[in-house]
Amino acid sequence: MGEMIKMVVVLTILSVISGGGLKGLEEWAKPRIENNVMNLVKGPAIRQMLKTADNDPVKDRFKITEGEKERNIFVGVFGGAADTVVVEASANGYGDKVGMVVAINMADETLRGVAVTTSKETPGLGARAKDDPSFVAQFAGKPITDSFGVTADGGQINALSGATITSRAVCTGVNQAVETYQRLKPQLEEQIKGMGK
Amino acid sequence: MAKSIAYEFTKGLWKEVPPFRLVLGLCPTLGVTTSLKNGIGMGLATTFVLLCSNVLVSLLRNVIPAKVRIACFIIIIATFVIVVEQMMQAFAYSLFQDLGVFIPLIVVNCIVLGRAEAFASKNGVVKSTADGLGIGIGFTWALALLGVVRELIGTGSLKGDVFGLIHWDIPNIFGASFEPFGFAVQAPGAFVILGLLLCAMNLIPSK
Repeated sequence: MGEMIKMVVVLTILSVISGGGLKGLEEWAKPRIENNVMNLVKGPAIRQMLKTADNDPVKDRFKITEGEKERNIFVGVFGGAADTVVVEASANGYGDKVGMVVAINMADETLRGVAVTTSKETPGLGARAKDDPSFVAQFAGKPITDSFGVTADGGQINALSGATITSRAVCTGVNQAVETYQRLKPQLEEQIKGMGK
Repeated sequence: MAKSIAYEFTKGLWKEVPPFRLVLGLCPTLGVTTSLKNGIGMGLATTFVLLCSNVLVSLLRNVIPAKVRIACFIIIIATFVIVVEQMMQAFAYSLFQDLGVFIPLIVVNCIVLGRAEAFASKNGVVKSTADGLGIGIGFTWALALLGVVRELIGTGSLKGDVFGLIHWDIPNIFGASFEPFGFAVQAPGAFVILGLLLCAMNLIPSK
């Protein structure tokens, strides 16, 4: 009995110390990591997606607080009008969350582009969502009134072969981004009014 | 027979260098050594985990109940792996992007758990430190060697840096007419080159 208690106590103490320490480390490292992700992953992905924009969408970003959550919104200016907003979203893939950025054209309510930013999907299968531009290219130009899904589920997006779960995750993420956009639309319009001149 | 601290340190450098002599830890050995830079990065990350887990396991060896020792070792190892992962994301993000999933996989690296179970849980702190450092450095040079060979044959040049501190950039070592042998940086090439290196290592006596 005494041994049993000792086992439980030792394991509990170890786990608590480890968990607490890691939480502290995460708090400390989080802003640095976010900064790195912004500069090295999201930034290039957004610039690539909005290649023809007149401004630098990464520079022209602002935060919107929604309840407890803070969201980054990136703005693209096309032909003198700030008509494109980039919303971040993430959905569960095959391995951890698949993070993505979704560019929405506010003028005609279509998708301007989608790009996967952070993912831990299987190399050669799910990772192609990020590496193979032809997959995310399917979203460009589609009206956001559609709900997106893979063809196997009756949707309009051809899934990556061997990576249906990842493809579904990207569709779910895009749908979430569109929902966020619809919900925040009045605030977004307010914010970008002065931009683009 | 008690062995000296110097012996515990140096055995990992040559006599028991993990991938070549013990043929252990082959997942990262084959997976990340597409370049010298990745080899060194992975080697150093593993060395850090190995050193810290060896020290802690050795310190706690009389506290940890025998029946749950493996679970305790894994908690200790996993903690340090997450430390490495967070630090690498904070300070060497491009290296983290290259190594990706192999960093969390250090948790199940048999060298780390093997040293904790076979060595650190039975020896004092000083010896365990020497052991962890020696095996770690041995692992690092083995990965670096494999990385150099693969990068040279596969791309014909060497390019990279270690945590932004040391840079190297040597283009076209074999001359401009060298046609890169892409096979070397692909997964099957890793097996072939590891095999050839193992063969070369076996020609040199381990004593």
